[in-house]
Amino acid sequence: MTSAGNPAVETAARSEGGGRRLPLPWLGVMPFLLYVGLFLLLPTVIIAFGSFTTKQGDPTLNNIAGINQDFLIKAFVTSTTISVASALLGAIFGAMLAYAVATGNPRGVFRRIVTSMSGVLAQFGGVTLAFAFIATIGNVGFVTIFLQSHGIDIYANGAPLYQISGLIVVYTYFQIPLMLLVFLPAVDGIRPQWREATESLGGGTWHYWRYVAGPLLAPAFLGCTLLLFANAFSAYATVAALITQGGIVVPLQISNLFTSETGRSQPGLAKALALSMILIVTIVVVLYTLLQRRTSRWLR
Amino acid sequence: MSRSRRIKLQVFRATIFILLGAFFLLPIGAMFEFSTRGNSVTAPRTMEAWAAIFQTADLVKAIPVSLELALITSVGMLVLLLPTMVWVRLRLPRIHRIVEFLCLLPLTIPAIALVVGVAPLYHWIEINLSDSILILSFVYLIIVLPYSYRALDAGLAAIDIKTLSEAARSLGAGWGTVMMRVIVPNMSTALLNACMLSVAVVLGEFTFAQLLYFENLQVAIAYVGLVSAGTSIAVSVASLIFAFTLLMILSFFGRPRERVAREEELLPGTESRILPLRNSFIGVPDK
Repeated sequence: MTSAGNPAVETAARSEGGGRRLPLPWLGVMPFLLYVGLFLLLPTVIIAFGSFTTKQGDPTLNNIAGINQDFLIKAFVTSTTISVASALLGAIFGAMLAYAVATGNPRGVFRRIVTSMSGVLAQFGGVTLAFAFIATIGNVGFVTIFLQSHGIDIYANGAPLYQISGLIVVYTYFQIPLMLLVFLPAVDGIRPQWREATESLGGGTWHYWRYVAGPLLAPAFLGCTLLLFANAFSAYATVAALITQGGIVVPLQISNLFTSETGRSQPGLAKALALSMILIVTIVVVLYTLLQRRTSRWLR
Repeated sequence: MSRSRRIKLQVFRATIFILLGAFFLLPIGAMFEFSTRGNSVTAPRTMEAWAAIFQTADLVKAIPVSLELALITSVGMLVLLLPTMVWVRLRLPRIHRIVEFLCLLPLTIPAIALVVGVAPLYHWIEINLSDSILILSFVYLIIVLPYSYRALDAGLAAIDIKTLSEAARSLGAGWGTVMMRVIVPNMSTALLNACMLSVAVVLGEFTFAQLLYFENLQVAIAYVGLVSAGTSIAVSVASLIFAFTLLMILSFFGRPRERVAREEELLPGTESRILPLRNSFIGVPDK
């Protein structure tokens, strides 16, 4: 028996659906929406709004125009340099590691160790990482002392850890594991049959990489590199723990302008910088998502 | 595969593993070495820096505080997120995309940027509600959303909550019973995943605490490091071991379900036991 001709069932369905359907289901998601609205969307609005207003709340473009100062432009250039370099290094070595892992036993202990370690090390940022490198190539670090006793002074041209090149190495430390985690699924998606097909058609290793595996992996590789860029660009804690004075990168400049310890805090400019960082990272992440979607088409 | 190519491949793999292994293990080894140094290079090894952890007031205060923050954030996350996600799947599937978007949104807002927008809110909270460091949990709940969401989403996808909850409801269970006695026990691995990730993120958080003038574990480590590098490095090693243990436990519990998933070929190529972490690392606030 169906409910079609049964008035009681129809009425019951309607009374539940008609009057109360709209409010009740929405009520269930209200706490979440309110919370996210308050602690995520409102702060974002505050940043956007504050970027275009003075301390008194009058509209202004001075904050945005204020980004065009030598020391801030320099910070943007340095941030970009470090992020691009560490993303490229991380992507190249991470991809090679992913290939080395993917060609091994898929259920082997080795693979398990590498992926688990990467999970930890990709999270291993910030203060802890800064101290790890201070212990390694700081002025009394393990490697520094070891090399000094063998006649090599890595401090001959100043402290390497606190220069751009040093920061790139430090950032690469969390970029490689991240690359492994995000790129491994794409490498795993490559089937051995494709290689065999290439060979049966007379193609060699070069042909395989140039015409089969390369083009297939390119979008994923590019996407993951972009993700690594965003990752490095947003990084604050590591560099803050290493460099306590000055503002070599944009996040440090935001922190300097934001805190009022020096009595020169410029909240408007800090918000404008924060807004520009959000925009850059958002664009990069959107590109990453698009490329990832393209990859997942053949991965499945 | 030809013999020469197999050899070439093995040589390539060995080279990569040795090179990168050295790169990754060296700083960790150096931390051990540094934290067990005596007063001079020639002095015998001591555990003084490690013992000093418990004599450093800042650290003694900050360690339990950070653990409390981790606990509050995890519980808050479960209370806020799990019912919402279940509710959306059952009653409001059309806003599924919106909830997912909101949960992943923190990935595109760097912590250093978000803190600028959150500061006025905290100013208000400190004046009107409380100035305890525990109020950091409010914003920590936001930054753990992407990780928790992915973990819980994977868990919810693995069970048929519609059938389960309808069955429970038809037997007379209320929504509370459905949540606590049907859904929660069926996705304990995902809940554990979400909690562990939240704990790892909160214990590593530095940016918000520092710029909102609170002293959590990471801020204390940085601060103590200015005075005594040895002690800070000892704590860093300890926290690294802690994080590693945490994720190892996670992988231990996570394995059975993953094996099932792999056999069904639902998750091509995902060996990582920390599956929900995949693609979700950006914006870890603490880099």
